[in-house]
Amino acid sequence: MQLTAPSSPTNPRPPTERRRRPGSSGPRRVWHASLATTLLALIGLLLASPAASAATNDPCTPDPQTACLIGTMRTAAGDPAVGVQLEVTGPDVSTTVTTGDDGRWTLAVTQAGDYTVTLDVATLPAGETLRDPSTTSRVVSVELGRQGGALFPLGTPQTGGTATATPSPGESTGGDTGADPTTSAPTGGGSNRVAQQFANGLVFGLLLALASVGLSLVYGTTGLSSFSHGEQVTLGAIMAYVFTQLVGLPLWLSAAIAIAIGGASGWLQDAGIWSPLRKRRVGTTQQMIVTIGLSMALQYLFQFLFGGGRLRIVTTSSSPVYIGPVVLSVQTLLSALIAIFVLGAVAYFLLFTRTGRATRAVSDNPALAAASGIGVERVIRTVWVGATALAALGGVLTGLYFQATTWNMGGTILLLMFAAVTLGGLGTAFGALAGSLVIGIVSEMASLVMPSDMRYAGALLILILVLLVRPQGILGRADRVG
Amino acid sequence: MDWTRILTNVVGEIFAPATAAYALAAIGLNVHFGMTGLINMGQAGFMLMGAYGYAIATMNGWPVWMAVIAALTAAAVFAVILGIPTLSLRGDYLAIVTIAAAEIARLTVRSSSLTAVTGGNSGISGNDFKGSFQNACPLPDGSWSLGPFQYSNCLSNSWWLRIVAWSLVVIAIVLVWRWMRSPWGRVLKGIREDEDAVRSLGKNVYGYKMQALVLGGLFGALGGMIYVLPSAVQADALGRTLTFNVWTILLLGGAATVFGPLLGSILMWTVLMFIKSTLRDLPFDIVSSTQAEAFSWVLVGVTLMLLVIFRPQGILGDRKEVAIDAR
Repeated sequence: MQLTAPSSPTNPRPPTERRRRPGSSGPRRVWHASLATTLLALIGLLLASPAASAATNDPCTPDPQTACLIGTMRTAAGDPAVGVQLEVTGPDVSTTVTTGDDGRWTLAVTQAGDYTVTLDVATLPAGETLRDPSTTSRVVSVELGRQGGALFPLGTPQTGGTATATPSPGESTGGDTGADPTTSAPTGGGSNRVAQQFANGLVFGLLLALASVGLSLVYGTTGLSSFSHGEQVTLGAIMAYVFTQLVGLPLWLSAAIAIAIGGASGWLQDAGIWSPLRKRRVGTTQQMIVTIGLSMALQYLFQFLFGGGRLRIVTTSSSPVYIGPVVLSVQTLLSALIAIFVLGAVAYFLLFTRTGRATRAVSDNPALAAASGIGVERVIRTVWVGATALAALGGVLTGLYFQATTWNMGGTILLLMFAAVTLGGLGTAFGALAGSLVIGIVSEMASLVMPSDMRYAGALLILILVLLVRPQGILGRADRVG
Repeated sequence: MDWTRILTNVVGEIFAPATAAYALAAIGLNVHFGMTGLINMGQAGFMLMGAYGYAIATMNGWPVWMAVIAALTAAAVFAVILGIPTLSLRGDYLAIVTIAAAEIARLTVRSSSLTAVTGGNSGISGNDFKGSFQNACPLPDGSWSLGPFQYSNCLSNSWWLRIVAWSLVVIAIVLVWRWMRSPWGRVLKGIREDEDAVRSLGKNVYGYKMQALVLGGLFGALGGMIYVLPSAVQADALGRTLTFNVWTILLLGGAATVFGPLLGSILMWTVLMFIKSTLRDLPFDIVSSTQAEAFSWVLVGVTLMLLVIFRPQGILGDRKEVAIDAR
């Protein structure tokens, strides 16, 4: 239901999704080419970008007769560098390729050997320079059935070449494509880096809390550690992308729809999977492995439908706000306020409403709660809907915070959510909030003392250390751990 | 639709090095989960230790046998570090911690700050570490074909690698078969069924679990080495998806059985290859090849769900033997 919506005809499939079949017969290839050209022209028109820039960019699949040369060009800010030309010469080719709208270029070759890839510096986007200006060409050696990558990092020129040429595993190593959606988190322009990172961490922690609170409530009421909660986050972000970018609705309406779809998916999941499993008395560890399968299926379903690239929910950038030594964008500030408001509402719900009290009662002791007349199944259904709706909101806001979402965004922050929930004490909603803030601040501030691409590793290390010292977490009770 | 090519691809998958690598990793997971009941969701971390340990040691000029020992040591150390905080915890905690530890390992080796050692994000190119293994090859140079399957004798995705990989699988299967019938294996089984009962017999449960974790991790490391030898070492190829694939293989073939991991690996890769090749060969471009790849992982995920719900014992297993909820 919610998963079929994205395949609407308005979905412009990126040009790189099309494939090139090596060794296909002549007429068919012509037909393919003409179809491809027509489509690319259409897409080009739609995106109001030069269609020619993508014409040489059909993707390539390594097979026993074909090797692929690939690369992605990104500007210093991390956006795709479109229209950069590279000249490739080698055993059987001498040609020029151009990067497509996602900054990727590919070239299929039919002979193994050394290929020289030369970057045409003049075609770089305005203001972009090579990080290592002396290296404008790389030699890539590929074998048939493999890919060889040639990367030319852009950025401030440095000494010490960083252009790299690497053969990478071909199709046999499917799996994570390593698109790390989180590398472009807004790094502050504030005067005080410590204060700036602290503020970023606080915001990230609040957004993380939206997702973790739901994870924690589900664990508290059902005992299930749901590994597919990350995909609920991605679902929210991707639905926001679909409704803003593909349907063209305003952001607030798209976000509302995304949250509604998220909640609906929670209802369906509980009704279709988890409730029957509980009735069959399938153990929680077994259910946990089911969520792992679900997570994998959903994650690759997103990749199947939307490709592996970055999906930007909004394409405009928002104006900065200066608060003391800290700079945040208006959008980030609004996101944080929304998160605080919603988390406050959740706290009110849990503490002062009838259903909220029932939820806490089920968390404490389902049997006793049932005996005192609480409809445990109804409470659990409510919790699932609430948890997935919160995750969807978290996804929309996180997607805005990272400036883009990807098919595996949720998977990337899932472990941070688990770290937050474990740190706070599994199953306690307020512990999840506290844990999220700690994890958010730690993971952002860790980049002050360690390489920023390892900052999440630092947050996960906390998870393991907490389990060593205080397995029940900050607010948990000791008797929960076996 | 070229059925000969599809069939050739599918049959070639039966004895591909990757199939052997997954079988080894699944055998290791079988020692963890099938024999001892440990829910290790970080098998990819052990494979990563093996792959990077071997590649880095080789690049520093170590001979093959020392590089293998270095890789196995790395995996054993990883297992001990992982085991100390987690083996006394409940099953789902162990799952979260192992998956987090594997992820820490992956984030660390792909960090650009370690580019000098691990190659960072782009990993280690095959030519940098395959040399010594290829030089150890006793076969003559050139290539050899068996029916439609033609591979180089010694280079990269070679017959030599296939011989080594499948010999390792056979050795691992024989070892696990012996272990399962040994007194030691019976203690592990006892821990899987009822930890407290074993403890009451005076056995050091923690120690036995640690031994199982290390041994299974060593098989994972061997699998990791075989996994990267046909191509290159890339941290993102050694991520969570790999772990989940290994789990699916184990549960498909049957946990706590001797041949389950082997059967699961062969079955999963031939079926996936069939689906991918068929989708690619469909007339008209209904799905792109990246989509075919994504679709096959969706199928793996769904298979994992259905297996756990409806047939946790897999094809060969005995339902009474597979107690997922035991510790």
